[in-house]
Amino acid sequence: MSDIIIHSIITLGAMGGAAAIILFLVATKFNVVEDPRIDLVEEELPAANCGGCGLPGCRAFAEALVKADDISGLKCPVSSSEAMTKISVILGKEIPEPEPLVAVVRCAGTPVSRPRKNIYDGAPRCSVASALYSGESDCPHGCLGLGDCVEVCRFDAIYMNPETGLPEVIDELCTACNACVTECPRSIIELRKKNKKDRKIYVACINEEKGGVARKSCKVACIGCGKCLKACKFDAITLENNLAYIDPVKCKLCRKCAPECPTDAILEINFPVRKEKAEAQAQD
Amino acid sequence: MDKLITVSPSPHAYGDDTVKKLMYGVLYALLPAFLVSVYFFGIGALIVTAISVVSCVMFEYLIQKYMMKTEPTVSDGSAAVTGVLLAMNLPTNMPWWIIVIGALVAIGVGKMSFGGLGNNPFNPALVGRVFLFISFPVQMTSWPEPIISRLQYTDAVTGATPLAVMKEGLAAGVPLSRLVEQIPGYLDLFIGHLHGSMGEISALALLAGGIYMIARKIITWHIPVSIFLTVFLFTGILWLINPYDNADPVFHLITGGLVLGAVFMATDYATSPMTPKGMWIFGIGIGVITVAIRVYGAYPEGISFAILIMNSFVPLINKYVKPKRFGEEVKNG
Amino acid sequence: MIKTFPNGGVHPAEDKFAAGSPIKVLPAPETVIIPVSQHIGAPAEPVVAKGDKVKTGQLIAKSKGFVSANIHSSVTGTVKKIDRETDSSGYKRTSIVINTEEDQWNEGIDTSKALNRNIAAGADEIVRKTLDAGIVGLGGATFPSHIKLSVPKGKKAEILIINGVECEPCLTSDHRLMLEKGEELMVGIQLMMKALNVRRAIIGIEKNKPDALEYLGKLSSDYEGITVNALKVKYPQGGEKQLIKALINREVPSGGLPLDVGAVVHNVGTAFAVYEAVQKNKPLIERVVTVTGKELSKPSNFMVRIGTPVKALIDAAGGLPESTGKIVNGGPMMGKALNSLEVPVTKGTSGILLIPAAEAARKPVVNCMRCAKCISVCPMGLEPHLLMPATEFGKWDLAEEEKILDCMECGSCSYICPSGRPLLDYIRLGKSTVSKIIRSRKQ
Repeated sequence: MSDIIIHSIITLGAMGGAAAIILFLVATKFNVVEDPRIDLVEEELPAANCGGCGLPGCRAFAEALVKADDISGLKCPVSSSEAMTKISVILGKEIPEPEPLVAVVRCAGTPVSRPRKNIYDGAPRCSVASALYSGESDCPHGCLGLGDCVEVCRFDAIYMNPETGLPEVIDELCTACNACVTECPRSIIELRKKNKKDRKIYVACINEEKGGVARKSCKVACIGCGKCLKACKFDAITLENNLAYIDPVKCKLCRKCAPECPTDAILEINFPVRKEKAEAQAQD
Repeated sequence: MDKLITVSPSPHAYGDDTVKKLMYGVLYALLPAFLVSVYFFGIGALIVTAISVVSCVMFEYLIQKYMMKTEPTVSDGSAAVTGVLLAMNLPTNMPWWIIVIGALVAIGVGKMSFGGLGNNPFNPALVGRVFLFISFPVQMTSWPEPIISRLQYTDAVTGATPLAVMKEGLAAGVPLSRLVEQIPGYLDLFIGHLHGSMGEISALALLAGGIYMIARKIITWHIPVSIFLTVFLFTGILWLINPYDNADPVFHLITGGLVLGAVFMATDYATSPMTPKGMWIFGIGIGVITVAIRVYGAYPEGISFAILIMNSFVPLINKYVKPKRFGEEVKNG
Repeated sequence: MIKTFPNGGVHPAEDKFAAGSPIKVLPAPETVIIPVSQHIGAPAEPVVAKGDKVKTGQLIAKSKGFVSANIHSSVTGTVKKIDRETDSSGYKRTSIVINTEEDQWNEGIDTSKALNRNIAAGADEIVRKTLDAGIVGLGGATFPSHIKLSVPKGKKAEILIINGVECEPCLTSDHRLMLEKGEELMVGIQLMMKALNVRRAIIGIEKNKPDALEYLGKLSSDYEGITVNALKVKYPQGGEKQLIKALINREVPSGGLPLDVGAVVHNVGTAFAVYEAVQKNKPLIERVVTVTGKELSKPSNFMVRIGTPVKALIDAAGGLPESTGKIVNGGPMMGKALNSLEVPVTKGTSGILLIPAAEAARKPVVNCMRCAKCISVCPMGLEPHLLMPATEFGKWDLAEEEKILDCMECGSCSYICPSGRPLLDYIRLGKSTVSKIIRSRKQ
């Protein structure tokens, strides 16, 4: 009986010892020296691996931060400014204060303003439909409404509004990671400066056709008439290729331009209701 | 044009096959075996099949509707196929509640827990069958007497399958020549006049169903043929080496669940390889394991375990066995 | 044994309703819209301006770069505008719009119908005239033909293969052309053989066109080096690589060109166009277009001026049936669905197919049940069931490894799938993304 016990102890002990030696040798031979700061930095990052920084995942971003001398060019759109400050302390490098941004969908073509002209019956992806043809409406620039942006968003910050058939961004959840901007085959989504109370004012159209053509394809298209241009006191609006654009940095949210637009292509969001409109509604 | 036209990427023409048509095709192919079974086992066959199909369809419906919260797709016939195949694997004197348990395991564990049609790694009917085989070994291995128990259900007179007679006899040292006398003749074995599970008795009817499926392009010939060839060769070699202790290859081919397994169970779409080369590997594996279990293992029949074991290799086979790519190896002549 | 390619392929219903109707010449419409990009490669550059008078056959846009093609006016008239017009994809592309007047052919073009068998031009001249005439592959791929007629240094063409397969269901334009322009075709093939410096040419024709097989077979005995070969009916036999495999049993390597196995493949329509360009000095300004459909009253084959609106063709074939649910530019397997009838016929338009509403919608999509039918029909030996999710979930490495770029977009997988899955939709997307990734890697 004791024989068995002794033999077991010896054989198991020997096997364990041999394994331990092999493990130790392998570990020493293949040891990779890594900057310990990479782990520290990575801990501060959101670990969403969204690719918003342009690098494949948070680890790669952390490595880049540690490696680079000047890290002002590296931006994680998701991290809070506190987290970035902590990282700058760890690395002892300056990080500029990032400007908060939010994704904005620059198309307002609902089924009413641009009626459906044919039925798309392919794979339910904007990228597939866009490669095939101009889309269900007459507007070859507008939103296809198949939700590639919703798919790609890692923060559930975009959803499709079933009534308008257009995606809508939830400002509180949007981290401005840029994923939807690159995903949209029509380049409709843009990152714009985040304003107080999530207010925004922008041209919700990217149609560069001439006025008549644009209007024919969609009732709320920008027709490039330039009226908003004249109304703007801050030189924030430019007109190129029959399309007006409001510079989010120059814009002071004065709301002078919106009422000028003959096609209601300029959207004002999260503003108090206008006096005249409120009155009109009250009369109704 | 008042109506809206449709726009979609090419192609704009579509083949006639749908999941539903293929599944109903399998059901048609099972019809001859079912009829033979009804002829030999009478009401038992009808009751077992009915309970199995109804409970499989019901469980799939309930799980899809209330647990997965998706639109039930029971009308595609895949649950019915599982139901019939499960019934085919049971003796016809099986108590109803065991069948219901088997159906629940087959559909619930074997199929829906993996995500439903096309996502299950193991053949659902076999999962159900093996579960019952292990849980209720007595009921699963007492087969009713053909013809004379036509009007009996659970109270039928029972007997052992030829494979079991052979296995137990050889183990007990009974000479092969004596055992052969206890077994029905080859013609009876081929048309199905023997003890056995409901669907496995008639090799003839099952082969007819298999030919129908191959002709309708529901399955390809690779898997059944590779299994038959392997079993024939393997048992043939054993027989040639020692014809006194080993049954001949023809006996192995026409008894037990081999034909049912090779034609209907191993060819299940989701759980078999997708390329002809892979199908050969799969079939050879099943054949070898089946014979190994029959000859050396603890059970008289091994096709169910063989298929389940090879099912687990399918993802690996699919990953490494690729179809011949056009222009890959340039052989110009 | 009648030849065919060995692996994959499907047998869609042939539905060649217009096979018996001879080619009718469609008069020039009131206005033509001629896009400057009707070919693979760089768009041509307009050389006329608004208000210019142009003659039929006059150059109106010049090829720009090596892979590009000239564009000629298909009518006589005044340039109304050069603007962005809707093309077959629904997007707006630069086009030249011409108001038609009475036909007046450009100088030097021989408009007589007389057959000219006398080959005077040398190899270089044939290639130059093909380039000048703006000829592109008329089978539908629209690859500029002069490139395929000039063999690059270090390569040698051994055999010319003429594609008269027309495996695409419903279409009959090549079939009619072979029956009605057989002699011209033969001369065209001889011109191509001279340009490529090859001694052998095989015309591949599927068995479902016995009249064309017989007629061209008889003609070919008068022309040295040209043989006609019957092929089993199987889609996609008209695919370049499949046709080479079927006829001479050589396999073009993955990512390679037919020239890698010494073969050059041209469509019968292209051969006819080369005949007209070299022997008659006539640029590519018209082509044969099949207008067909189950419920169309007069399925026909028309000789159509490039730039004619699709609507004019359908009207000439009996008008748009009330039941139409889908309008396809091309055949049912590889054609492109249109969303407007105002778009013009271009060099690549081989047919207009009207599909009834009852057949327009796809099957409902259900789970993949791994039946492997897509693998068994893929003529390139790919695994579409694997490539679709690879694209769907952005696994581009896997897609590349599984040879997504070998896909020829024949649509056999989507055709056969019992689960109605949009396999090719995703694979096409995957192809373009993967090739973009590869391009960016090279830079």
